[in-house]
Amino acid sequence: MVAIEVENLTKEFNGFVAVDHISFSIESGEAFGLLGPNGAGKTTTMSMLSTMLKPTSGRASVHDFDILKEQDDVRKSIGIVFQDQSLDEELTAYENMDFHGRLYRIPKNLREKKINELLKLVELEDKKDNLVKTYSGGMRRRLEIARGLLHEPRVLFLDEPTLGLDPQTRNHLWSYIDRLNKEKGITIILTTHYMEEADKLCDRIAIIDKGKIIALDTSEKLKESIGGDVIEIMSSDRDKIHSVIKAFSWVKHVDVHNGSVTINLQNAEKHVAEIVNVAYDNGIEIESISIHKPTLEDVFLYYTGRTMREEEASSKDRMRMMHKPQRR
Amino acid sequence: MDIVYTIWLRNVKRYLRSKSRIIGSLGMPTFFLLVLGFGLNSVVSLPGMSHGYIGFIIPGIISMSVLFTSIFSGIQIIWDKQFGFLKETLVAPVSRIEIMLGQTVGGATTALIQGIIILVISLFLGLRISSIPGFALAIIFMTLIGLSFTAFGIAFASRMEDMHGFQLIMNFVVFPIFGLSGALFPIDSLPSWLRSLTMLDPLTYGVEGIRYGLLGTSQIDPVLSFVVLSGFTIFMVVLGAYLFRKIST
Repeated sequence: MVAIEVENLTKEFNGFVAVDHISFSIESGEAFGLLGPNGAGKTTTMSMLSTMLKPTSGRASVHDFDILKEQDDVRKSIGIVFQDQSLDEELTAYENMDFHGRLYRIPKNLREKKINELLKLVELEDKKDNLVKTYSGGMRRRLEIARGLLHEPRVLFLDEPTLGLDPQTRNHLWSYIDRLNKEKGITIILTTHYMEEADKLCDRIAIIDKGKIIALDTSEKLKESIGGDVIEIMSSDRDKIHSVIKAFSWVKHVDVHNGSVTINLQNAEKHVAEIVNVAYDNGIEIESISIHKPTLEDVFLYYTGRTMREEEASSKDRMRMMHKPQRR
Repeated sequence: MDIVYTIWLRNVKRYLRSKSRIIGSLGMPTFFLLVLGFGLNSVVSLPGMSHGYIGFIIPGIISMSVLFTSIFSGIQIIWDKQFGFLKETLVAPVSRIEIMLGQTVGGATTALIQGIIILVISLFLGLRISSIPGFALAIIFMTLIGLSFTAFGIAFASRMEDMHGFQLIMNFVVFPIFGLSGALFPIDSLPSWLRSLTMLDPLTYGVEGIRYGLLGTSQIDPVLSFVVLSGFTIFMVVLGAYLFRKIST
């Protein structure tokens, strides 16, 4: 069964295309990740799917409910954890949950039972009567996840669920999310710019850049698609290496970016010697050379020609440009 | 109705919990009562007023307290926006009208409590409540001021990005509304150009209504006051609901 169906979804803000004709579909029970740098259009996509933002064009549906025509049905069938905190700090954890339960019109008995159950699940039951402003970042996140599940949604949206959390808390949250998906069969759609997060939690990953989906598959297949191995060469003479290396038939792809040259190829071990020799013959100095199996970072680099970090630096400028006129 | 109640409950809970806000917002009205009331009581004599100046401004200061609290409650939506909580409400399968009404009723409730506290303080300053219907009438007028100006605050908040505009509204909207309302002076003795300005101020009718309820005398017919203020309340709630519908996070 299809949980989410997206067709040519597009969103423009004053001429800036934040999401550019994206299409994908998510199966029920799947954990699906939108991976990309900040400003790639992940949150905008989430906002449209959760009916918070109207698309400029295209269509999408959640459990066969159209996001434009059947807003309330969509809202009832999804739970959301927003990127920014959305708790009332002046209320206790229990009261935040209770408020949510009332908004979703959950009858009193069931509401009380579910709240206690969920607070237990996220290990906040003994702190449920403390004001949220006394909570740590990780506790708040857990509370938000519990709250998002209160009305028993079949799809859970997680927008950068572990942003700004320490590694230990992050691991903890991952195991919760994984359990929700595996044990309770809740469809999960999450956005992240942490490779590890996408790798660990998601069945399939869509890599999104500048509003477009540039690759979509399982983590393994994405890595396979760019060739079996990655060789990274650090050198001051990167352009020269690039021009020499790309002539070889066994090279699948070469990229030059800040500080290093990345080569995608099969059976890297066989060709390292060859690379070093060729560099030597051409008088190129190599500072270091390393071989590794492709990571999602390499996949991103392969498809966009930039690393995520480079991309984030430039997209921040773009966001600044985009937000300025709106503020007025 | 259950959604309206939910939003109302949150507002009242937050209000009762913030002791500093309650006490803080009592400061200025009490100060006005004491300084203006006692300071001017002996110098100002009002024709046809047996209560003295302090008796005259008590309804005005109650209105002021209700006005400030309710506008502030309405504008609080901006805090919810900035702290992200508004999203939680907006993404729920409920209509925006219900959210807005809940917010309005919640804000009006806190404003009414605030007004009643000033009223109780006034009892120690010489206010005598002579009739129960009069007292009830005063409460009704306080409620109307509360509802209309919370909706007013929501209408503003729906169009504001952040709190920067708050000062602007306080100085150019809220203070003029208070100053022109006849809370501090009898409108009959004003020059005619100023008098027509006060007659355009919706709060004037609230002040006069409360004055009629508490003191038994007023310069505007209480029926007229009630009709105008009710009309203004309906208009503000409709406008507030309309603007709130288009709010974006």
